[in-house]
Amino acid sequence: MRKTLTGILAGIGLSLASGTSAFAQELTIFWAEWDPANYLQELVNEYEKETGVKVTVETTPWSDFQTKAFTEFNAKGSAYDMVVGDSQWIGAASEAGHYVDLTDFFAKHKLAETMAPATVKYYAEYPAASGKYWSVPAEGDAVGWSYRKDWFEDPKEMEAFKAKYGYDLAAPKDFKQLRDIAEFFHRPDEKRYGIAIYTDNSYDALVMGVENAIFSWGGELGDYATYKVDGIINSEKNIQALEAYKELYSFTPPGWAKAFFIEDNQAITENLAAMSMNYFAFFPALVNESSNPNAKGTGFFANPAGPSGDQFAALGGQGISIVNYSENKEEAFKFLEWFVKDETQKKWAELGGYTANKAVLESAEFQNATPYNKAFYDTMFKVKDFWATPEYAELLIQMNQRVYPYITGDQGTAKEALDNLAADWNATFKKYNRIK
Amino acid sequence: MATAVMTRLDPSTRAAAHGWSDLTIRNLFIIPTILFLIVFNIFPLIYSLGYSFTDFRASTNAPANFVGLQNYRELLNDDFIWRNFAITAQYVIVSVTGQVLVGFGMAMLLNRDIPLKGLLTTLLLLPMMLSMAVVGLFWKLLYDPSFGIINYALGLGTFEWLSNPNMALYAVALTDIWMWSPFVMLLSLAGLSAVPKHLYEAAAIDRAGPLYTFFRITLPLVAPILMIAIIFRTMEAFKTFDLAYILTSQPTTEVISIRLYKMAFQEWQTGRSCALAYIVLIMVLAITNIYVKYLNKVKER
Repeated sequence: MRKTLTGILAGIGLSLASGTSAFAQELTIFWAEWDPANYLQELVNEYEKETGVKVTVETTPWSDFQTKAFTEFNAKGSAYDMVVGDSQWIGAASEAGHYVDLTDFFAKHKLAETMAPATVKYYAEYPAASGKYWSVPAEGDAVGWSYRKDWFEDPKEMEAFKAKYGYDLAAPKDFKQLRDIAEFFHRPDEKRYGIAIYTDNSYDALVMGVENAIFSWGGELGDYATYKVDGIINSEKNIQALEAYKELYSFTPPGWAKAFFIEDNQAITENLAAMSMNYFAFFPALVNESSNPNAKGTGFFANPAGPSGDQFAALGGQGISIVNYSENKEEAFKFLEWFVKDETQKKWAELGGYTANKAVLESAEFQNATPYNKAFYDTMFKVKDFWATPEYAELLIQMNQRVYPYITGDQGTAKEALDNLAADWNATFKKYNRIK
Repeated sequence: MATAVMTRLDPSTRAAAHGWSDLTIRNLFIIPTILFLIVFNIFPLIYSLGYSFTDFRASTNAPANFVGLQNYRELLNDDFIWRNFAITAQYVIVSVTGQVLVGFGMAMLLNRDIPLKGLLTTLLLLPMMLSMAVVGLFWKLLYDPSFGIINYALGLGTFEWLSNPNMALYAVALTDIWMWSPFVMLLSLAGLSAVPKHLYEAAAIDRAGPLYTFFRITLPLVAPILMIAIIFRTMEAFKTFDLAYILTSQPTTEVISIRLYKMAFQEWQTGRSCALAYIVLIMVLAITNIYVKYLNKVKER
């Protein structure tokens, strides 16, 4: 009896000992479940080949990415060494001490100069213009558009369009053209619809869709430095932009009230819509014939300009941060040093990741690599983002609550929705003592 | 007391042969259960009551400040929360009424001698054995306006079940009725088969009509067990989350538990969400109490 017991104990001891030694050379990166995470896994496999440190990219669906990450942070858990977190988390995660301060790392590698300015501003720096950095821009992303080039280039359609609207049918340059083309192709009898836009209100999809209109109308969500929202979020420009977005909703396929990236790509692959809003990160699937039977007839364009010529787009994308509760911080720093190297960034872009590295982005090689890289490059220098304050989630839910019923449920007016939103946001900022 | 209990242990059992007393067995089985309940149910319940009076946020390191009844006051003054409660009430009424009508109807049909009765009953029970998430995902496909089978079968064209804000809640309730009617059916069937046959024979002799027999004999005798089914279904419908969350994101289907989830785990307003959870708990307790009072009254008859 005693012998068996000793044996078992020795066995447990041995497995524990070997277990811990294996942990020391492993790193876990947490990200959402989408193609770029697979590309990152491919990239980090190279790191393992070079250094012997095994890096695993763990993923979870977008809808509970935020919840799962913050549950782990709040519990001060060490399950993840690094996280590729959403840009709007940075306030909450840095103020609560969940992220390791990367300011020195930024200075050492001159990242503020080598990365595209918008990515540094929105993914890495918090508070705004403070010179404090919390993450390394990893996946640059913004909203762009795909369209059915084959439908657009059909001579019959071109003729009919010109006769009706008085100008040539081509990828839209502004929101007026976008609206006309959506109306033109909206033919419910033929089961063809004009446009696919974001409408899902469970996280930030609808809000980012609306942002595309607001920013291109020259509007803003608020003053991010002073937290002033009155007269900004409910400005005349924003009211017009919201009305325009609602009008686009009337040209969407039936049942389009909970659409995000999957539905919007399906609109192109399933011949549902002529144009579709989506993040650049989802475009690789559209040029691949195995996932898009219409790959040859699919084109891309940047978010069009508003009535006064302003042209901006909603920012997506993420930076990679080191989790403060990780037991492998030193290894994580070593990994980041490898990740920011020019050759790694080049490789990252080749695999399908959207690098934020300026030199790679500017290279002709990158811009000609895919039909949408040029549009991506153009967009990345004119992007804007949502609030990044720690209470951003409340602001997001309030915006969904006010804007969603107006757009999909035809309730109230754009002015009422935005006036009420301004009141909600003011109350929230008062609650957190951002304003008096 | 303890010795009296101990003597009751059957000496022929293996436990007695091992020299265990009844007390040992009690300690072995009941104490872990009680400990488990205390650690995972009672303790969080009391702890969260404490949090509900603070402005605590689990996502920050800031200490919790005592704010008194502020959370409760603000929640009960929030129009959006009241709308969530109204939606929940509407959902409970539609869904539970539907389940009772369908479930009881099916039980009446099955409570007679028909061939393959056992197999039919088993097949009818299948929906409630599925996972909520799975049911939600495939009903989403069934409801799809472009390729869903429901519109195809009913010839509704591109009718928008889930995107139409006025229809979405009924679509969710319909799914819930499909899933949980079998539960009501099962309990009703047990009640129906317990009604003594001689009562029906006596009614037949007195030439009582089928409606009279149903309302004077069948329903009163099945009522207590039907009430139990209604209590269970009401409590479940009040707490419903999965189906509504998966099927649609319409504000008109944002039942209180979805609002609570968003408040607790997306906004991380831990203190306030604890207060909301307590408001929900008190409401469920109150409703259940009314039912139980009524159930006792029905039983006395």
